[in-house]
Amino acid sequence: MEYAIEMNHIVQRFAEKEVLRGIDLKIHKGEIFGLLGPSGAGKTTLIKILTGQLDQTGGEALLLGKNTRKLQEVHQRLGMMMDQFGLYERLSCYDNLKLFTKIYDVEEKRVEKALKKTGLFEDRKCPAMKLSKGMRSRLSLARAFLAEPEVIFLDEPTTGLDPATAAEIHKLILEEQNRGATVFLTTHNMEEAYKLCNHVALLNEGSIVEYGEPEEVCRRYNHQKKLLIRLYDGKQLELPNDRKAAETVKEYLEEERLETIHSTEPSLETVFMELTGRRFE
Amino acid sequence: MIKHIAAVFWKQIKDTLKNKETLIQFVMFPVMAMIMEKAIKVDGLPSGYFANMFSAMYVGMAPLVSVAAVIAEEKEKNTLRVLMMSGVKPVEYLLGVGSYIWFACIAGALVLGMAGNYRGKGLAVFLGVMAVGILTSLLIGAAIGTLSRNQMMATSLMVPVMLIFAFLPMLANFNETIKKAARFAYSQQVGVLLGQIGTLDRFHVSFENTMVIGMNMIIALLVFRYAYRRSGLA
Repeated sequence: MEYAIEMNHIVQRFAEKEVLRGIDLKIHKGEIFGLLGPSGAGKTTLIKILTGQLDQTGGEALLLGKNTRKLQEVHQRLGMMMDQFGLYERLSCYDNLKLFTKIYDVEEKRVEKALKKTGLFEDRKCPAMKLSKGMRSRLSLARAFLAEPEVIFLDEPTTGLDPATAAEIHKLILEEQNRGATVFLTTHNMEEAYKLCNHVALLNEGSIVEYGEPEEVCRRYNHQKKLLIRLYDGKQLELPNDRKAAETVKEYLEEERLETIHSTEPSLETVFMELTGRRFE
Repeated sequence: MIKHIAAVFWKQIKDTLKNKETLIQFVMFPVMAMIMEKAIKVDGLPSGYFANMFSAMYVGMAPLVSVAAVIAEEKEKNTLRVLMMSGVKPVEYLLGVGSYIWFACIAGALVLGMAGNYRGKGLAVFLGVMAVGILTSLLIGAAIGTLSRNQMMATSLMVPVMLIFAFLPMLANFNETIKKAARFAYSQQVGVLLGQIGTLDRFHVSFENTMVIGMNMIIALLVFRYAYRRSGLA
């Protein structure tokens, strides 16, 4: 199995404080991976290590097979959207992207394509300083996708955005995955992670406390194993997940009284709270 | 490498045209020199007096403030980190920004030289002296920009340095004690060299000129090296 990113016992200390405590993860090529955790859990520190912005105190990280301490050769194969967008405020949307076609040595016509894809073509002449937060996010994403990179790092790409803009960004991320890119995203939005990610890892106080496919993680913590039923008359029932309940459900179906039926596996947020006793903020 | 330098150079042209604060640094002294040379005629005042005075101030101010402000702003707004993450090396970035500011300042110096009525060989010598002064100023500005975490810190560092280098040559005309101290500033040496161009046959670069400008450059490089080793460029 080929991995886009490999982390072997990554440790990071700042003075006396241990921010990352032996992170071991492997991220497959072409997947969307979500690193979840509350603010201050160490997500951005890990991204900085993986993108070569920070040398870890211990352990080894490989990105596309290259040690992240010497990433110069693979910069063009990476795309990044950081928590601060890093846009040239006085330059237009078009010029912000044109600059990076020059740096990546790719055709300028990609700028138009990227602006159309992110819905910014009409605002191409608008200086970045005049864009709304959602538009700035999209411009930052357009820049991250410009060189059609193999690995894309997205640090909380939808934080502070309205649901419609967040949905547009999710669509763009999925399109990049369809192109074959590996996406590493950090978020504290559990719904986003559940919807987008092939695998998630829950990071708490510098340690990975859970890892797996989102559904699998939730199923793992389904202690109740019950069915929640709502009937058309408004009545709600909680049934054990067994043969007797199946007969009851069958009866309701035959009587056309059944409105909804749900299993009781917890959400990712509930799993995280169970594991750490903390809430996402 | 050349492509990255050219990209940074292109970005800087685009950005400066929309950045009045930086743009004014390049045009203020040349325009003032042109106005003063045309407007003020005093008997006994040597030709190009105002142009030379403003040129020495220009050397001490425009490149230093511009390069420090550009680097500090890029650090504060995180754009420098984005550039580095895209594969632009620190040396490519510095050469891109530095060469742009150097050329912009040389263009301003050309206007100053024209205002001072220098032509032909005189203008070439004038531009040569200015080029060396601008380069020294760029190194000091780059050191300040690299030392600074943000624009506010850059301003608080650059203002006193800029005031010393920009105004010492002018103040040295009025006070002997200041003149003695000013000898150690590269901008004063630039002013001294510019003052000789009017009588070009007697123009020569002295050991003191070379030593002071050279030492100023070395000190700027050492400060830059310290700042770069401490926290890197981005």
